[in-house]
Amino acid sequence: MSRRLRFSTIARRTAWQALPTVLGIVILNFFLLKLMPGDAADVIAGESGSATAETMQALRAKFGLDQPVLHQLWTYLSHLAHFSLGYSPRYDMPVMQLILSRLPNTLVLMGVALTLAIVVGVALGAVMAHWAGKWPDRVLSVLALLFYSTPGFWIGLLAIVLFSVRLGWLPSGGNLTIGVQLHGFAYFVDAVRHVLLPAATLATFFVAIYARLTRAAMLEVQRQDFVRTAHAKGLHPWRVTVRHVLRNALMPLTTIVGMHFGTLLGGAAVTETVFSWPGLGRLALDAVMARDFSVLLGVLLLSSLLVIVANVVVDLLQAWLDPRIA
Amino acid sequence: MAGLNRREFLISSGAALAAAGMPTLALAQGESATPKRGGTLNVLINPEPPVLVSIFQTTGPALAVSSKVLEGLLAYDFDLRPQPQLATAWLVSPDGLKYTFTLRQNVKWHDGQPFSSEDVAFSIDLLKSVHPRGRSTFANVTRVSTPDARTAVIELSKPAPYLLKALSAGESPIVPKHLYASGDPLSNPHNNSPIGTGPYRFKSWTRGANIVYERNPDYWAPGKPYIDALIYKVIPDAAARSAAFETGALDLGGENPVPLTDLPRLTQLPQLTVETRGYRFLEPLSEVDFNLDHPILKDLRVRQAIAHAINPQIVQRTVAYGYADISPTPITPASPYHDAKLAPYAFDIETAEKLLDAAGYPRKDGGVRFSLTHDYLPYGDMYQRQAEYVKSALTKVGIDVTVRSQDLPAFLKRVYADRQFDFTSIGVNTLFDPSVGVQRLYWSKNIRLGVPFSNAPHYSNPEVDRLLEAAAVETDEGKRVVLYQQFQQIVYRDLPILNLVAPRMVTLANRRVHNHTVTAQGLEGNLADVYLSA
Repeated sequence: MSRRLRFSTIARRTAWQALPTVLGIVILNFFLLKLMPGDAADVIAGESGSATAETMQALRAKFGLDQPVLHQLWTYLSHLAHFSLGYSPRYDMPVMQLILSRLPNTLVLMGVALTLAIVVGVALGAVMAHWAGKWPDRVLSVLALLFYSTPGFWIGLLAIVLFSVRLGWLPSGGNLTIGVQLHGFAYFVDAVRHVLLPAATLATFFVAIYARLTRAAMLEVQRQDFVRTAHAKGLHPWRVTVRHVLRNALMPLTTIVGMHFGTLLGGAAVTETVFSWPGLGRLALDAVMARDFSVLLGVLLLSSLLVIVANVVVDLLQAWLDPRIA
Repeated sequence: MAGLNRREFLISSGAALAAAGMPTLALAQGESATPKRGGTLNVLINPEPPVLVSIFQTTGPALAVSSKVLEGLLAYDFDLRPQPQLATAWLVSPDGLKYTFTLRQNVKWHDGQPFSSEDVAFSIDLLKSVHPRGRSTFANVTRVSTPDARTAVIELSKPAPYLLKALSAGESPIVPKHLYASGDPLSNPHNNSPIGTGPYRFKSWTRGANIVYERNPDYWAPGKPYIDALIYKVIPDAAARSAAFETGALDLGGENPVPLTDLPRLTQLPQLTVETRGYRFLEPLSEVDFNLDHPILKDLRVRQAIAHAINPQIVQRTVAYGYADISPTPITPASPYHDAKLAPYAFDIETAEKLLDAAGYPRKDGGVRFSLTHDYLPYGDMYQRQAEYVKSALTKVGIDVTVRSQDLPAFLKRVYADRQFDFTSIGVNTLFDPSVGVQRLYWSKNIRLGVPFSNAPHYSNPEVDRLLEAAAVETDEGKRVVLYQQFQQIVYRDLPILNLVAPRMVTLANRRVHNHTVTAQGLEGNLADVYLSA
């Protein structure tokens, strides 16, 4: 009962803090975006390679860009109050619909990448900590450094060259095979084949961080008295590493993973571009290039909500991992 | 003279053959005339088009996809001679003021409604009011009359000698009146799920991933199209596009689908082939635009010096990787109006230095005469390379150049709205006729603040205005050529813009794809003739 009370306190506190944060994010983003030179009508005219003053005017009127800036902000906020993210001039469809069509793709990619990063990172970190200073630690440290310092797009391109072009094992882009109707297991296999390369590419950087982090945290915990006690009562070394050391070392990891949830949304833009993955990061990037502010505001708003949700989950997780918190 | 004689009645001999379903255009490409049925064609689309109908936006990708569903009155052979599409015959009155089109019979929209002259009249009116170029192309149209369901007559107040070249599917799509007549055409839902008369029916559009079209079994040309499905794939990353061509995930891509640096490697692969035809409708031109309001650049001698310091052959060889023709005038060598007597300004550092000295800019400490900032059009990577070459070329004559980067909307705002620029490396499409594609760049009445691809230098010459306006209504081809040659000689001398090369765009195709480029529109044609082998 007391645990449930504790959880609800955390949830209520977060909700209370989230609302003004989100509103601030929206207004700040709106003005930041308005500082960018050029608007959606300029982009469309530029890409069309032709324009007249009249067609430019017609486009601006259609997009609502002929209104004063504060009026545009007010229109956006009043839409938001009605749970509408507005209308995308670029894609000619409601922003909410656009984002919801992209969101599952990004969540799949992020979910797989993050899971992969955590599993592999923690495993590598545990191995490194267990044999700290010995050769497995040295080799994996170099590997982690390599992963950490190699840019994601380069890893992605090399993965495409190797696995798609040379070996022909995996598709080079997209999230599903187009033009065929797959169901059940065949659909799952197709989806896995498509997600593997982009998820692995996205995960490499985080594998390196989590491995280093896990190693450091575990080494710190290893020096504590209860670990010596565990050893002294004759537990198997691996059992001590996993049950006693690792579990206590997971605390800093959960904090960092929660923060990375937001980073991944942004970092995914590059991976999504290289692998033609129809996700949110690329939508945001395209929206910047196209000056499609309502889409960009929508993506930023959603990302901030995701980060807040992720933080709540981390808070709850930590309360569960360590009852002393909260 | 590849152009048209407007004083003759133009009734195409190809009309009867095409109506009978003969692959006339396919034969023109010299390939076998026994196309295979079936298969799926994967085509690159980059960037993703904002809409699927090119009636109020003419971005390249929108033109490419729109023309598969919505057709035009005419198609064009490689010399821009009209070929039948929705019109089977056409007739121009001797005074050039009346265009009579006989329309194809038994054509149905994809929703089953019959196509008629009402649709044509409605579409021309719509193009005149909302199309970025339609406003000028159809400016002289007073009305479109429809004596019967098969006949549409365009009536003009003044002649428009370019009109017959502007009726392709991409440039002037014919939209269904019954779906567009009510409401705002710009927010019509069919802009994203088009209904047309074309060989392919729209099936689905997954934003950010693909656009899928399926074969229209009721297409007016029996037997066509040959393929079952047409898939446009959105692949934003250049290296990923190259990989997709290598793996076979892409069969076809136009308008330089891969970086020119990748092209030599890819064309070594046995399955890939290159086509450079099919871009006569775009006819891009790379140039250096001077801001004539700039205190230094308004001096003709400085502009001449810059012209002498830049070697167009290096632009052709190094910037465009050989895929370009040198064009010292705004009307490119591919056009019948090109003045071949004009040679590029001689590449001559000494002359350039003398001109700069004479203009009152001697070399100062460090050898620098003055500093300029150079902006480039951020579209593709060619203009950035050109800007880098301009910088290195001008350093040799003592002009210190800083190259400035920004994204497309920022560039357009800087140059056309704020005019905060010195000189630019830029590319423009000179299009199918100088009245439509070139006049806008030099005509003083097109000095329009905030309008991209207007008269950026602020060039104003009454004689040039007179020549352009006269050529725009001149129905005699011979006289029109003379007018445009005079125009080219003046702007060559006045140098508001230094014209460098006409880049040859490249189509990359898998060898299993046949008949993809059979008209001057190339991949922006309707792709009704395309078929796949093996």
